[in-house]
Amino acid sequence: MEAQFEALSELVKNGQKLNFGQDFFVKFYQAFLYSDRWQQYIKGVGTTLLVTAIALVLGVVLGAIVAMIRVGYAQQKPHHRNPILGIFNAVAQVYVTVIRGTPMMVQLLIMSMVIFASSRNFTMVGALALGINSGAYVSEIIRGGLMAVDPGQMEAGRSLGLNYMTTMFEIIIPQAIRSILPALGNEFIMLLKDSSLITVIGGKELLYAAQGIMNRTYEPMFPLLGVAATYLVLVMLFSALLAKFERRLAQSDRR
Amino acid sequence: MKKITALMLSSAMMLSLAACGGSASTETVSSEAASSEAASSEAVSTEEAASADAAAVTTVNAGKLTMSTNAAFPPYEMTTDNGDFEGIDIEVAGAIAKKLGLELQVDDMDFDAALLAAQNGKSDMVMAGVTVTDERLKVMDFSDTYAEGIQSIIVPEGSDIATADDLSGKAIGTQRGTTGYLYCTDDFGEENVIAYDDGLTAVQALNNGQVDAVVIDNAPAQEFVAANPGLKILDTAYAQEDYAIGVAKGNTQLLDAINGALEELQADGTLQAIVDKYITAE
Repeated sequence: MEAQFEALSELVKNGQKLNFGQDFFVKFYQAFLYSDRWQQYIKGVGTTLLVTAIALVLGVVLGAIVAMIRVGYAQQKPHHRNPILGIFNAVAQVYVTVIRGTPMMVQLLIMSMVIFASSRNFTMVGALALGINSGAYVSEIIRGGLMAVDPGQMEAGRSLGLNYMTTMFEIIIPQAIRSILPALGNEFIMLLKDSSLITVIGGKELLYAAQGIMNRTYEPMFPLLGVAATYLVLVMLFSALLAKFERRLAQSDRR
Repeated sequence: MKKITALMLSSAMMLSLAACGGSASTETVSSEAASSEAASSEAVSTEEAASADAAAVTTVNAGKLTMSTNAAFPPYEMTTDNGDFEGIDIEVAGAIAKKLGLELQVDDMDFDAALLAAQNGKSDMVMAGVTVTDERLKVMDFSDTYAEGIQSIIVPEGSDIATADDLSGKAIGTQRGTTGYLYCTDDFGEENVIAYDDGLTAVQALNNGQVDAVVIDNAPAQEFVAANPGLKILDTAYAQEDYAIGVAKGNTQLLDAINGALEELQADGTLQAIVDKYITAE
């Protein structure tokens, strides 16, 4: 196959026109197979998945904390407001406002060029920026889920003598997770695709690999379509896993 | 009756879609403003003389010479404070456009996109300090060279990098798609090279200490170093190369016209005057 590629690209160099099949073969070969270029894509996918995983964990943890603070603040008894919770709530609100109000790309550039100006670990800076961004959106999703649980559940738990935390973790949150899951899955998928943005700060993920190959072959179609297909497959796998998880949680469901 | 209405509606829709084809982020630079002062006095006469040539050249946008570039590459192309473009390439292109009796239109985009634009016929030519390489000759045709470039190495003052050989194992910042990027990945391995969208970002990363060196063309390197105290250019060049204008492969008609215009500009000294205006001889 390599010999065939060499022969055909020699023809191109001499200005000869190839037929459709040969042209397809040459472009496909130089985009994926020539000097083991597929390894670059695989490495890129690895980084993409790593960045997504880190950002996801960070986003969920941050989002859960922010959501708990905001729900806790909103559910206080009137005239018994906790001042410390008030401060945390204000911080959480500023965080959500700022992160949701600025573009992802700008946040990435600020993280890389201003805040972590001396860090060389571009992938981790990218993952951190993505995670912080995701946290703001996830917090609103979780907050929505917690608010959607009937307040009677909390009253019932408390009147049985459970304290606030126990009621929250044992009764409210398990019910909230079910309604959160579809929206959370949506957010995860966005996160996976947004990870391609870290190319601008030098993160070497899937799109970076494709651009590197494009710059050598001057042929954008195959690398870009290959990358698009890879993302699509990843997202489909992700969705399938989520659907499975949702079914598992719906086993005892009567709705 | 209904059918006729449907037909008219659909054709109206097609027309309105076709109108969307024009790119929004383009800027028309009148060739007068972009050409050198020496030539502008004879504008009328040259345009009349060139009208015969103009009829012979078909361009992407009729009556306009569309040039794709990456305007973050001083002094070859850069943006002015009011969003116009200036630089050696812009003025040379303006002079060529005038010779051909066309209006110059500059499309600003990333460097790799600028190459692809000329290759795919979205623009007539790419002028962005493009170096002629064997790989690029496979996919596009190049005019005669109009300038010489050197790949220079920028390092911070007091860096332990003294020659190109010292770069191995260091983090090297480059501009995506440039020859500097290609040479460095070949010589020092993909994992040691970081590609940025433009040279300015690469130099910013060097200022931050995120990379140890930046490999970029000498002329912009001079500008970057002048603007950023604490950086210096190594005396040893990384590579020598020739700049040329890239056009779509097989577009010999335009290529011949450009080469003809370049030759005339070279002969009457306009080319040298433009270069001298931006690069002061040392």
